[in-house]
This record gives sequence, C-alpha cells and structure tokens, in this order.
Amino acid sequence: MRRREFIRISSYGLGGASLLGGVTTNWFNLYGAQLPNPGTDGDRVVPTFCELCFWKCGILAHVKDGRVTKLQGNPKDPLSQGHLCPRGTGGTGLLYDPDRLKKPMIRVDRRGSQEFEEVSWDAALNVVAEKFLKIKEEHGPEAVALFSHGYGGGWMKHLFHAWGSPNIAAPSYAQCRGPRDVGFDLTFGSGVGSPERTDLRHSKCIVLIGSHLGENMHNTQVQDFAHALRNGSDLIVLDPRYSVAASKANHWLPVKPGTDMAILLAWMNVLIHEDLYDREYIGNYAYGFDQLKEHVRQYTPEWAYPRTGIEADVIRRTARMMAAAKPATLVHPGRHVTWYGNDTQRSRAIAIVNALLGSWGRKGGFYVPSAVSLPPYAYPAYDDAGHTPADKPEPSLYPLADDVLAQGVCDATIPGGLRSDASIKAWMVYGSNLPTTLPNPEQTYKAIQALDFLVTVDVLPAEIVGWSDVVLPEATYLERCDEPWAPAYRESYVTVRQEVVPPMYESKPGWWIARELGHRLGLPHFFPWETPEEYAESRLKPLGIDCEVMKTEGVVLGPKKPIYFEEGATPAFWTDSGKIELYSQKLAALGFDAMPTCHMEELEEPPPGFYRLLFGRAPQHTFGRTTNNRLLSETHDENAVWVNTEVAKAWGLKHGERIHLKNQDGVTSTFTAPVKVTEGIRPDCVYIVHGYGRKAAKLRQAYGKGIDDAELVTRYKVDPIMGGTGMNVNFVTFVRPDVLTAERAAAAEAPEEAAPTEVPAAESTPSDSALVAAEVAS
Amino acid sequence: MSAVRYAMAIDTRTCVGCTACVTACKTENNVAEGFSRDWIQTVVNGQFPNLTMEITSQRCNHCEDAPCVSVCPTGASYVGPGGTILVDHDKCTGCKACIAACPYDARFVDPRTGTIDKCTFCVHRIENGIPTTACQTVCPTESIYFGDINDPDSEISRALARRDSFTLMPEAGTRPRHYYLK
Repeated sequence: MRRREFIRISSYGLGGASLLGGVTTNWFNLYGAQLPNPGTDGDRVVPTFCELCFWKCGILAHVKDGRVTKLQGNPKDPLSQGHLCPRGTGGTGLLYDPDRLKKPMIRVDRRGSQEFEEVSWDAALNVVAEKFLKIKEEHGPEAVALFSHGYGGGWMKHLFHAWGSPNIAAPSYAQCRGPRDVGFDLTFGSGVGSPERTDLRHSKCIVLIGSHLGENMHNTQVQDFAHALRNGSDLIVLDPRYSVAASKANHWLPVKPGTDMAILLAWMNVLIHEDLYDREYIGNYAYGFDQLKEHVRQYTPEWAYPRTGIEADVIRRTARMMAAAKPATLVHPGRHVTWYGNDTQRSRAIAIVNALLGSWGRKGGFYVPSAVSLPPYAYPAYDDAGHTPADKPEPSLYPLADDVLAQGVCDATIPGGLRSDASIKAWMVYGSNLPTTLPNPEQTYKAIQALDFLVTVDVLPAEIVGWSDVVLPEATYLERCDEPWAPAYRESYVTVRQEVVPPMYESKPGWWIARELGHRLGLPHFFPWETPEEYAESRLKPLGIDCEVMKTEGVVLGPKKPIYFEEGATPAFWTDSGKIELYSQKLAALGFDAMPTCHMEELEEPPPGFYRLLFGRAPQHTFGRTTNNRLLSETHDENAVWVNTEVAKAWGLKHGERIHLKNQDGVTSTFTAPVKVTEGIRPDCVYIVHGYGRKAAKLRQAYGKGIDDAELVTRYKVDPIMGGTGMNVNFVTFVRPDVLTAERAAAAEAPEEAAPTEVPAAESTPSDSALVAAEVAS
Repeated sequence: MSAVRYAMAIDTRTCVGCTACVTACKTENNVAEGFSRDWIQTVVNGQFPNLTMEITSQRCNHCEDAPCVSVCPTGASYVGPGGTILVDHDKCTGCKACIAACPYDARFVDPRTGTIDKCTFCVHRIENGIPTTACQTVCPTESIYFGDINDPDSEISRALARRDSFTLMPEAGTRPRHYYLK
C-alpha cells in the first residue's frame, strides 16, 4: 500500500523534471532523497578518433576540469556510429596508466638490463641523430630500419622516406593480414582493405572462416554482424573452437585445424557441380571457370570428410545455404590470417567461393569503397630511388610480397643469419612490440643484440622498450594531433585526431618527435610546417573543408557514390586479364598453384600428448597493447588455456588449475595460466587469447599474467607467395608448476648445457594499488 | 495513462558479451576501481559439438517488489523516478542488509564512501532529458533496450511484445524489470 503511494508520487516527480528541463539532478525531491549524479559530463567535449585498435572509430572525449572523464562514440562518425567497443570506451585507462613512459631515457648498462637514465629531450634526440648519421656515413641510410604500427607512425614513415631508407616494415603485413590482401588482389585485382569492404550489414548469409567476430571486436564489423543477425541472416562458422560467433550460427563446423582449404574446395565442388553458382556473374566477369570446374571435380564433400572431420552432408547443406542467399552471401576474408603458410592460397579460395556466389561488388557481399582524395602535403620528392628493402635473402623469394616483411628486416640484422651481409645496423621501433609480434622471439633477441643502435617511440614500457638504447616517450592518442584520415569506406569522409588534453609528463607527440629528428638529421625541408594543424589545413583546405567545422564535428562527409554493381558502381578488376581470376596466370607463371589446391601432406600432426596451439582475440584487448590497461583489465585480466573436457580428464587437469605450456621444441611458457576445461574446443588443439604473459616488469598490471603464445611460436611456416609467417604450426603440452620447478632444480644441478635465454630481468613489482586507484578512478 | 515504469531488455541473439556495457557504465558513473554495476555471464551447455551458449549482460533488476528497499533499515534504498531502485548515500550506513536481500547480487559497498553502490538505470541521464543509459548507448550490437514498459509504443514494449523473453530467477518473486529477449 505504501509502495503504491510512492509509485504514484514518482510519476509526478518525472513530470516535474521534464517541465523544468535541464535542471541539475542534485536536488532534494519528492522522494526525500538525493538522486545520484556522477557528474562525468565534460565541460568540453572534443571529437577525435580512437587508437586502442587500428579501426579508428570516431569518439567524443568528455573533459572536465582538465581530465578526460569518459569516451563515447561520435554519432557523426561512419565507423563508430555512436557506439564503441570496450577498448575504445576504456581509452582513459591508457591515458592515465601509471606505468606510462614519462621522460626520455638513455640506457646506461648492457642492452636489455633495463637500466636507464632520464635525460632531456635535447639530449635523447641528439644521441639518436648522432647514431643515425654515423651509421648512414658508414653503411648508407638503408642500414636504419623502421618498424611501425599505429596511425601516429605516419610521421615516422615520412621521416624514414625522407631519410632514404626502404626498410620500413609493419608486422601487420607478414604477421597478420598480408596473405589475405595478396590473395584477394590476385583474384579480384584489389585487396579488401581496412576497414574491410565487407557489406556484413546487408548480408543474408555470413560465413566465418576462423574469424571470431564479437571476440574480435572491430566495432563497425560487429555492429553490422549484429544487424545482419537481427535481420535473420544465416550464419556458418568454421572454427575448431566454439566461439561466440559459433554459438550464434545455424551451422558450427568444428573443422580440424589446418584443413579449412579442403572445406573451401569442397564448397566450390558443390556450388559448381550442383549448378548453384552465379552463372551470369561468372560468365560476365570471371576468367578460368572451366579450369576451376575441372580442378575441383576431385574435391567432393566425401573426399573432404575424413580430412576435415566435417560430414559430407553438412558441407553440402552449408554450400546450399550459401547459394540460397547469393549474392548477399559473404564469406568473410578474415584479418589475422597467417596460420599455416598456405595462407595466400586459402585467401584465394575464400575469394573464389565469393566469386562463385557473385558477392564481390554486390549488396550483402563486398561493396565498392570510395575515399575523399586528400592531396598530399607539398614535400620535396623522396630520394629513396635505388634502394631495395633488405627483407628477403634473395630478391626472387616471395615474389608477390607487396610490402616489406618485418621478420625479414629482423633477420637481415643478424650476422650470419638469413642474409650473409647483415645490412641493418639500427632500428627505430614505433608502437610495435617486436618480441611478441614477430614469431620466434629468440631470433628477435638475437637481432636486437646485433644492433648498433635501437631507439623506441612508445607510450608504455613494453618489452621492446627494455631492450632499447634510447626511449622516446610518446603522448597518447588523446594528447596529440595526427594526420587527417580519409579511409576508403562505404561512404567517403575525412576525420581528424586532435589533442584532447595536453601531453602528460614530458611525453611528446609523434609529429614533434619526427620533426625534431628531421631537423637534426639535416632534413628540415621535409618538415616545413610548424604545427600539425598547419599541416592538416594545407591538406584539407584545397578540398574546401572548413577546418573549424572539422574540429568541432570531428568528421566531414565526402560525396556519395554508388557502392554496388547493381546500383551503378563500375565492375572493374585490376588483374592481368581484367577479370576475376579463378585461374591465376600470374601464379602459374611463378610456379605456384594457379588454383587453390589441397596439400594435406604438408599438414603436420601433433606428436602424441601434444596439441596444436591456436590463439585469437578477446574483445577487451588489442594484442599486448592494451593488457596493461587497468580499466580493461577489470573485465579481462589474463588468458586461460582452453582444453577439451576429455583431454583435461586424461591429464587430470582441473578447471582453474594453473599450468605452463611447453612446445615441441622444449620451450616452456615463462608464466602460467588457468585451465579452462570446456566442451567448446576440439580435442586436438588448445587455445589462448594473444597478448598476455607479459615479461616487462614495468608493466605492473600485465606483468606475469597468463601465457604468451609468441614465445611458444618457435616455428613458423613462410608463405612462399608473399612471405607471411604461418604461426599455427606449433604444438604444446601441459607442464604443472611443481613439475617444472623440479625439472629446473635438476637442470641446475646438471652441467650447464646452453646459455640461458637473456630476457630482461623481472624486477620486483610493488603493489601500488593506492596510486593506481587515484589515477584510474578519480 | 499508467505511471512510467522503466525497464531493460537484452537481446541475447545479438549480444556478444564484449563488456563494452561494463566499461561504459564504469566511466559514465565513476564506479570504484575493482567494482562494476553490470557484468557479463556466459554459460555453455551440452557436449561437443552439440553446444549452446547463453550470454547475459546483468545488473540490478530494478524489481517491482524490491527486497532491498523493504529490508533497508534507514530508508536509503528507495524507489525513485519511473520505479528505479536507488540508494541515497546520505542515508546509507553500509549495513549490507540489502546485499543479503538481493537475489541478483547487484549491490556492493563502494570502498571510497562505505555506502552501497549499484545500477541506477542512469537516472541522472534520464532525468536530464537523455533517454538512454550509458550501457545502451555504447552497445556496439545495439542489444540493449531501455524505456517505459507502461508505454505500449516504447521500443522496449514493442520488442517484448514481438519476442519471447525471460527474466533471471523469477522464482525469487521480486518481479524483476530486467528482461532477456530469446
């Protein structure tokens, strides 16, 4: 009775509030109580774009009393559309990370000892310039290499082009999406780009090959994925693991790892031989259909079943489901696809299935993107003619690599390594933590020890920072301007990253670091602008873009163009034949399979008691880059080892028990992770989320939590077509901590066999929770 | 016209359990470090390969018959605008009676104040004319519906009318106003 009274009063209360409109909520009201008001709305709101991953969603940063209180999606931004993933939402956890690099530092002890002296910017930059110039004098500018990841790296790339080094590499190519782009380029004459030109939003059937959208959290893709599901799209998921996406699928195909190619070929067989493909589309646009038809005759679903573990009937039914929705069927190209060394060919197979379904250039398949054509800044011409990257032992290797291979540049640093002439003498590393991004970290450490000079530009004290000679602390994305961005997307637009709050500590923005180095390296003519705003204006104004509007809105839309063939977009294929190449003459001429072919004999089986190591993403993290973020760690603070229930039973492993993983080469993970006993993974593999098991002690949040897959990837299989490093070719077994301790004690008593791995020493990690709380929560 | 009754519904078909809702709530509401007002629960059932997964984004259910309100000795837990269940921090002594009474484990003591904290349905936004909660706004899969279930034309009412739904622990008898769309 009394509550009923209360409720009636509450509705009056609401009416009153709406009449007053906009009054503060901190008033004593009819409830006789104070309504809560956290007061996190900013006194100013600054639009910019995110850098927690590389999707670059438009955000609105709320700033109150000089502090960024919260980050929200910018509704005007085509990528975020007002929504964000957890990482973008948790960007303040990076800005206010108490472990941030605060001052420039110079190493004072042996490399890797982590003994640094804090110095002035002048002192640090002078050392970098002096070393670079000395190396240039002795070995040429190409002996200095840049590894870069992230949008701010654009300034450093410009510096290196001006400097004259062709050795500019990003692990995002040969360790990630390179094979996909080459495979699609070979087939359609263009890659899928980033953001991918997938029209998921309008798909009526989505096929994911190992891609775990929802855990892999590129914002717009996940928005579009959900939108398609809401509209009743069918979903087929090929994954050895019961991913979140698999749980939403009509058909989850728990394929044997490494045999995706067999499924793709069998799908081609069904689509062609049951006459389910898009005849008209293939007739108009494709080259080599007859050869393909003949080629896939052998790859029946019955042939695929014993190889993949997927029943013939399921392969047929899923192929028919894909055909029923064509051309609005999207076989997703994936993003991190460096798995087995046959990745370009697997990506070709994905491209060909899409071609058979007529989805390229069609609504619900792949749209035709357009971009605002930002004029380049009027710099003098780069003088890098005549230099070729040192990323291949022989120029004829990996003939279709269309970017520099990061692992190759690393190898070219080691005397007596893959290249006998060890031509690289110095590295600048911008935002890429090489020991966890390149396979076989031992090789990376060897290269680092062979360097004359290593400088890192980073925000956090990642592992690579500990190995550096000079450390340059960069401002975070919320504290700096970067170049304007005009992506190729379904609608063309321009967006800017602007300084939300001034750089904290003594950190400096990348543009400033590049410019200062440019001046010291005798390249002032490549840095004629004084500020990044001046730089941006000179590129935006010719397009008639009002820079004030750009600053207040964050986004300016470009002209609309048709994005589907059926709406007037031009079907253009920049292949040799000018058609979609089902049969690739280019591959044939180079001695590769002209059509994707199954080479099951190349697939190694796990040794007894070992399981294939698979790794992937969690929605809260972008590799190791975010695992120190305390805000994001609250929802995901370490990885777990997914182990099939039967396997766990055989090993006596209990859910939550902590274990090490040991690989086929005897390498044991430095740290442990809890076992996740689950029915949701095949018994022949285990799975962990990438980015954990951090060894850099100064990352006080992430240090020692979980297992690092990279240290267990001592083997990799190089894609002969473009040099991608297939990393899903390692096998692991379980080692209990007490067994490992006993083993290590026994080894310590035995005569010394080999020098122990030199890894930056773990320092004590004082619990500093009071400081952390103050930094993060207030 | 009946009184405004705020409710939330989560589309379990599209929710991927990414926890953006958790982080957005934390920054919007300045929630204490190490605590959260909402959370994700994922349950997998069945045997390989015949499995089901249920992902639920959970928070205070803003129950119609809220035991936390009736049990509160100081009147700090109260029914606010639109039936939201709120806590008046000036009256709260941190006695935790409400924590024991809540079947959803939605309440915790904020270590900074010693008083109870929990989901408010972002009443500070609602009352200031922003008709969405922080978790709803951020959600990349647009799986969160929020609004007045006494208004048959509200988005949430229409979603609940169109789709089958369930609540958590209906047996607790608290008449939760937090639904899951099947």
